[in-house]
Amino acid sequence: MLAYIIRRVFQSALVLLVVGLVAFSMFSFVGDPIDNMLGQERTQADVERLRQTLGLDQPFVVQYWRFLEQAAQGNFGQSYRQGRPVAEIFLERLPATLELAFVSGLMALIGGISLGIFTAIRRRGTAANLIMTASLIGVSLPTFLIGILLIYLFSVELGWLPSFGRGEVTRVGGWTTGFLTTSGIKALILPSITLGLYQMTLIMRLVRTEMLEVLRMDYIRFARARGIREKSVNFHHALKNTLVPVITITGLQLGSIIAFAIITETVFQWPGVGLLFINAVQFVDIPVMAAYLMMISVMFVGINLIVDMLYFAIDPRLRVDRTAGGH
Amino acid sequence: MTDTPIPPAPPSRLRRAWESDLFWSFRHAPVAMASSFVVIVLILGAVLAPLIAPHDPFSPGTLNLMNGFTPPGQANAMTGDIFLLGTDDQGRDVFSTILYGMRISLFVGFSAVLLAMVLGVTLGLLAGYVGGWTETIIMRIADVQLTFPAILVAMLIFGIAKGITPPEYRDEMAIWVLILAIGLSDWVQFARVVRGATLVEKNKEYIQAARLIGRTPFSIMLRHILPNVLNPVLVIATISLALAIIAEATLSFLGVGAPPTKPSLGTLIRIGQEFMFSGEWWILIFPAVTLLALALSINLLGDWLRDALNPRLR
Repeated sequence: MLAYIIRRVFQSALVLLVVGLVAFSMFSFVGDPIDNMLGQERTQADVERLRQTLGLDQPFVVQYWRFLEQAAQGNFGQSYRQGRPVAEIFLERLPATLELAFVSGLMALIGGISLGIFTAIRRRGTAANLIMTASLIGVSLPTFLIGILLIYLFSVELGWLPSFGRGEVTRVGGWTTGFLTTSGIKALILPSITLGLYQMTLIMRLVRTEMLEVLRMDYIRFARARGIREKSVNFHHALKNTLVPVITITGLQLGSIIAFAIITETVFQWPGVGLLFINAVQFVDIPVMAAYLMMISVMFVGINLIVDMLYFAIDPRLRVDRTAGGH
Repeated sequence: MTDTPIPPAPPSRLRRAWESDLFWSFRHAPVAMASSFVVIVLILGAVLAPLIAPHDPFSPGTLNLMNGFTPPGQANAMTGDIFLLGTDDQGRDVFSTILYGMRISLFVGFSAVLLAMVLGVTLGLLAGYVGGWTETIIMRIADVQLTFPAILVAMLIFGIAKGITPPEYRDEMAIWVLILAIGLSDWVQFARVVRGATLVEKNKEYIQAARLIGRTPFSIMLRHILPNVLNPVLVIATISLALAIIAEATLSFLGVGAPPTKPSLGTLIRIGQEFMFSGEWWILIFPAVTLLALALSINLLGDWLRDALNPRLR
């Protein structure tokens, strides 16, 4: 088991190195940083001096190493567009994205699991069929369309909820939160539904499939034969065994929630890192793009790693298989 | 004179196709028939746009600004012109812009899937057949890329490509960059499936026979293995097409895709969103419904195809 974990950590580090290389190459190949930093009026001496101070005269590998060193310390240089340190901008924007991701993730998890159980237990019911059909449409509906339709319905037609921004936010130390004001909470509702709906349908379908598989198993039939109450069979015996794949998928989805936040944040003009990234892509602001890429990949790789280990903790069968099989 | 029985004529190609398993299951799946009807109508509309569209939305000569914001089906108060689905702010006929927008959406979708398919199938065949280092490198890259959502990869590629192309060509190149971005973000699925299938096929006897008679590896991969792994590729291609069309619409909606001068469905929705608050709902709703119909019916078709081609489900 230890060997497996060490191998996974090693693999993760390798992935990060590769992503770092991609991020670093963006600096080297897309546009000349000298061009970006010096204006039109410059002398050859200025260029040379800047090349030296930036270390651009060093070999590629040395530059790459220095980039990694700086990145590990959270230093990604200055945004071309805003002229401020990238790390500072990110820290300012991060709370908005994390709060949004947290609320929609929670919603997807609770909604997805309970709807999944419901549709599995009442498999032939009208309500369950209705939910399944709706979920198919939900999967085909692009995230940005869900957002627009929600805005149209609840902001334009009904006028109940705000269509953009975070509302009033409160400063708590270095963190800004929208949880403490009514307008902040109101502003959270539509974006988190938009972001969470797709994940919710995904989790729901997964729970349903797993639950149906498990309910067919012998031990469930046996539990029923023993006269254990239906509720207890469903929630105690069956649900427990459906949770392993659900945890994996949910963990992996956590990463894509952060990534799909880009779309939601653009639709609702939510001041998070996703909106920052999309603006950076529009204006080719390389340092911001590189920093976002690194941040996302650290997050993804970290989540993957944790999910893998959770797998070990939850399913004892794996511990035997993996160590014996060697792969 | 003896009566020689006339042998029945061999069934024509069309007849055989009609009676094949695939078509049998197609004729018995109303959802598949309905969705392929929708897809065909939409594709025809896009292809024949120059013939069907009542207006050419991109030639400034035929536009009349006075026609701006005409509601669908009503006569414009000033000019008296009637538009089936109304007009946008510049007096462009929404029906025509949808037809032309669909052309771009479908073109980008099909080309991106083609690119992803060619790339993925080639790399998958190579990885599966050659093995060794080639396989390790290809599959590791696939693993890394799979860690990231395709749409994010596409955005990054779009951003980088935009940085490389000079500003004056950006609008022109945007469509090609989109195809490249979506295509490159989507090859992994193909490569994984083809590699898996190749690993199974390559140890079968007919491949050994082909190797023994001295066929080159290239010809074995192309002529012997490829035809046998095409079924899953077809299924993935159909589902990928829906995903690619949605990805294109998403990117264009976010403003990192098709430019307003060559709007796709996504760009039209982006434009329409601006007028949502002032009550001109038709500029937004009609392109959105078209996109949804397109994506949903291709998805349903893919779902059916997956079941129909899966021998285990028969």
